[in-house]
Amino acid sequence: MLPKTEIDFMGVRKIAAYISILLAVVSVISLLTNSLNFGLDFTSGTSVRINYSESVDLDQVNQVLRDGGYNEAVVVTFGSDRDIRILLPVDESIADANQAEEAARVGEVIAGLLQQASSSEVLLMGSDYVSAKVGEELAEQGGLGMLVALGIIMVYIAVRFQFKFSVGAVVALAHDLIITLGIFSVFQMEFNLNALAALLAIIGYSLNDTIVVSDRIRENFRRMRKGSPIEMVNTSLNQTLSRTLITSLTTLLVLFSILFIGGESTQGFAIALIIGVVIGTYSSIYIASNVIIYMNVTREDLMIPVKEGAELDGMP
Amino acid sequence: MLNRYPLWKNLLILFVVVLGLLYSAPNLYPDDEAILINNENLEMSEADVAQVETALEAAQIDFFGVEFDANSIQVRLNGVEDQFRAKTAIEESLTDDYIVALNLAPTTPGWMQAIGAGKMNLGLDLQGGVHFLMEVDMDAAIERRMADNLSNVRSILREQRIRTRGINLVDNTHLEVRFANTQDRSSARSELLDNFPDLQFQNREANDLYILDMRLTQDIVLQIQRDTLQANRTTLLNRVDALGVAEPTVQQQGSDRIVVELPGVQDPAQAIRILQRIATLEFHLEAELGAPRSSYENYQTPDGLLVDVDNDVILQGDRISSVRSTLDQNGMPQVQINLDAQGGNQINRVTRENVGRNMDILLIETKSRTINSLDEDGNEVEEVEFYEEKRLISHATIRTALPRTFVITGLTAREANDLSLLISSGSLAAPMTIVEQSVIGPSMGRENLEAGFRGVQIASALVVLFMFAYYRLFGLAANAALIMNILLIFSVMSLIGATLTLPGIVGIVLTVGMAVDANVLIFTRIREELANGISPQQAIDAGYNRAFTTILDANLTTFLVAVVLFTIGTGPVKGFAVTLMIGIATSMFTAIVGTRAIVNLIYGGRTVQALSIGNYAKAAPASS
Repeated sequence: MLPKTEIDFMGVRKIAAYISILLAVVSVISLLTNSLNFGLDFTSGTSVRINYSESVDLDQVNQVLRDGGYNEAVVVTFGSDRDIRILLPVDESIADANQAEEAARVGEVIAGLLQQASSSEVLLMGSDYVSAKVGEELAEQGGLGMLVALGIIMVYIAVRFQFKFSVGAVVALAHDLIITLGIFSVFQMEFNLNALAALLAIIGYSLNDTIVVSDRIRENFRRMRKGSPIEMVNTSLNQTLSRTLITSLTTLLVLFSILFIGGESTQGFAIALIIGVVIGTYSSIYIASNVIIYMNVTREDLMIPVKEGAELDGMP
Repeated sequence: MLNRYPLWKNLLILFVVVLGLLYSAPNLYPDDEAILINNENLEMSEADVAQVETALEAAQIDFFGVEFDANSIQVRLNGVEDQFRAKTAIEESLTDDYIVALNLAPTTPGWMQAIGAGKMNLGLDLQGGVHFLMEVDMDAAIERRMADNLSNVRSILREQRIRTRGINLVDNTHLEVRFANTQDRSSARSELLDNFPDLQFQNREANDLYILDMRLTQDIVLQIQRDTLQANRTTLLNRVDALGVAEPTVQQQGSDRIVVELPGVQDPAQAIRILQRIATLEFHLEAELGAPRSSYENYQTPDGLLVDVDNDVILQGDRISSVRSTLDQNGMPQVQINLDAQGGNQINRVTRENVGRNMDILLIETKSRTINSLDEDGNEVEEVEFYEEKRLISHATIRTALPRTFVITGLTAREANDLSLLISSGSLAAPMTIVEQSVIGPSMGRENLEAGFRGVQIASALVVLFMFAYYRLFGLAANAALIMNILLIFSVMSLIGATLTLPGIVGIVLTVGMAVDANVLIFTRIREELANGISPQQAIDAGYNRAFTTILDANLTTFLVAVVLFTIGTGPVKGFAVTLMIGIATSMFTAIVGTRAIVNLIYGGRTVQALSIGNYAKAAPASS
C-alpha cells in the first residue's frame, strides 16, 4: 500500500518543463534529419516470388537470406507451402526508373542463393518493384486523424472543464506523440502499421490519464477554500498518484506480456506503447498541470456554473 | 436501503451476461478447412459431387460434410495440408471452368446460427485470405483515348462543315486527318487546337493531300497510364466494397499492376467471379444501310437478331457516373444509367442528330484462360491467355434525344443486377486481367492469432492476480467484470460482424487496461472515503458516485477519439477504432454497473464493519 504522499510535484515544474522541451526539440530535430525508419508497410519494396518443388521451411529460408546479407527480408508463404514471397526494402540510392531492373536482378540473386541451400528445385516466379503501399494513405489518415482528434478533444474539454484545461491536455498529448515518435527516430526502430496503431492507442491512454488528474484538480478547486493554485494542484496530484501508478503498472504488465509472448508481429506495437505509457504517465503529472498553472488557472475559472459537474460535486 | 440494486437491475445485468456468453460462444468452435467448388456458367449437379469425391478418394484424402446446392459444392477436410492437397487433386479432375477455392466452414451448432450467433471475422493478418495480382492493359487505355479523340474530331469537323478526305488512326498515339486544300486544313487546325490540348499538331503534305497529324506526347501517355492505374484501383476498391469485404488491400505494384488482398472472404469463389468479370461498356450507332463493310461489325442481340454495329464509339463506359438496377412500372428489371456532364452532352448531341436510328450497347469482358503448352525443353508449362468477349446487350431505337439519365431494359433480374454491379463500381478505365491468384495460407495468420491471444491471456492473468492481491474481495469483483468485458467485446464484434485484426487485438488490450482503470479509480476513491472516517456502506456509495464523473469524462474523450479515427481511417486504423469504441462502451457497463452489482450482493443491506479492499491509510489496523 502506498502511504499518503505529499510530494511537491509542482516544485520541480520548471525543471520538468525544461526537460520536456529539450526532449521535444531533440525529437523534432531527429525527425527532421533522421526521419523514421519506415517498415515495408510504408515504403516501396521489392517483392520476389519463389516456387519450390517440395514444401519449404521458412526458418531455413530466413537463415539463408540473413547469411546472404538480406537482413530486412520478410518471408511469407503464398498460396501453398511450396510458394513463398520475399519482401525486401528498396535500395534508395537507385533511381526510380531503374528500380524494376534492380528488382529483377535481386530476384535472380536470391533465387540463386536459395537454390544453393536447398535440395529441392527452386523456381523464380517473378520479382517486382512494389510502390509505396496503402501505408502512405494510412499515414496521411493517421496524421489527419490525430489533428481532428486533437481539435475535438480541445472543444470537449473546454466545454466540460475550461479552456485552460483543454490547452493543458492537448499540449500533454502532443508532447507524448512527439517524444514517442522521436524515440522511434533516434533509435531508428522500425515504424510499421502496428506502431501506427500503437500511436493511436497512446492518444487514448495519455488522454485518460490527463482527464483523471484534471478532474481531481477541478474538484479540489471547487471544494478547497484555502491554498494557492500550485498547492491545490499538488494535492490533486498526490491524491491521484496511487491510481496513476497502479493503472500504469497494470497496463505495463499487459504490454510486457505481449512484448515477450505475443510473437514477432506485435513487438513493435508493444514497444511503442510501453514508451507511450511511461511518457504519458509522466506528462499527466508534470505537463498538463504545469500548463494549467502557467496559464494562471484561478478558482473563478471553474466556478462558472457547469451544470453536470455542480450537481454531482456538491458546492463548497 | 443503501447499496442494494432493485431486482430489475440485477436481472438486466444477468440478461446481458447471458447474452454475452451466448454470442461469444461461437468463437470457441474452430472452423473446418474446406474446399469450395463452383462454376460460373453451370449449375452444380450430383455428377460433379461424385467426381469431386472420386478425386479425393483417389488421392487418399479424408473428407466429410459434403454440402451442395445449385451454386457450389463444399467439402470439409482435416487440416491445412489436406486442404492444399485436395485443391490440387480436385483441380486436376475438373475442367478449367470450375473455380476451386480454399475456404473455412463454420462448425457452430445450428441453433446458434439460427439466433444469429456467429464467429468474429478475422483479418488477413490473422486468418489469411484471397490474393490477386491484376494487370492493366495500358495499350488498350491509350487506344481508347485515341478512339474517343477520333470520333470527337469527326463530329467537330462535321459541325463546322469542314470537309475532309478521311480521318484515321495511324497507330496507338497518332491520328491523321487528310484535307483537299490548305484552307480547310488551317481552319480545321484552328478549330481543333483548343479542343485537344493533349495533342501535338503538325502539318504534312503527301500524295497531293494536306495532312494534319495529331499525336499524343510521351508525357501525356505517361499521364494517361498513371490516371488509368489510379482509376482502376479506385474501381477495384469499390467493387471489393460491393463484395462486403472488411479491410481489403488494393495496392499498386509497378507501373501496370494492382494487388488485391481480401481477408476473411466468406466466399472466395464469388470474389473471383466479380473481380474477374471485368467489363466495360461501349455505346455505338447501328451502321447505316450501304455503309462500307470495313466500318461495322456483326453482332447478335440477346433475342438472336443479327445487327451491324458501326465501329465508331459514340460514348465510352468511363463517362458513366452511376448505375442502379431498378424495376420499371411493370415490375420488369431495368438498369438506370447516369452520365457525367461531358458524357451527357455527347450522348445528347449524337442522339439528337440520329433520332429514328438504332443505338447499340456493347459489353466488353476481358477473360483469362489457362492453356497448357510445351516450352523449349519439352516441359509442360501453364500459360495464362487473355481474350476479349464483346457482347451486344442492348439494341434499341432512339426515339428522342437522350438526357444524361436513361435506362436499359430487356434484361433478366440477375443480368440487371450483375450489370449494374459491374458498372456501378466504376466502369474500368482500361481492361484488367488477373495474372496471379492465390489464397494466403492461414497457418501464418493462425500463428499471429495464437500468439496475440496468448499475450492477451497471460496479460489478463497477471492483471487479475494483481487486482486480487491489491484490492482483495473488491479486486475479485473487478476481475469478474474484466472477464465479462472481454466476452462482451467478442460478442458485440461477432454480432455486428466486425473484423478482428492484429491492431484490433491491440485495441482490446488497451480496453482491458482502461476497464481496470475505472475500477482502480472507484476503489481508490472508496479507500480515501474510508480513510476520511466514513462508514463502509457510505464509502462504497460515495466512491462509486464520485468516481463516476471522472470515468465518464475520461471514457467519453477517448470514445470521441475513436469515433474520429473510425470516420476518417480505413483498414487497420478502422479496425483499431471499432474495438476501442466497443471496448469503452462495454467496459463502462461492466466496470461500473457490473462490479457494483457484485459488491452490492456481498455487502449490501447489512451492517458492515470493514471492507475487504486492501489496506487503507487511517482506519486499517496493522493486522490486515
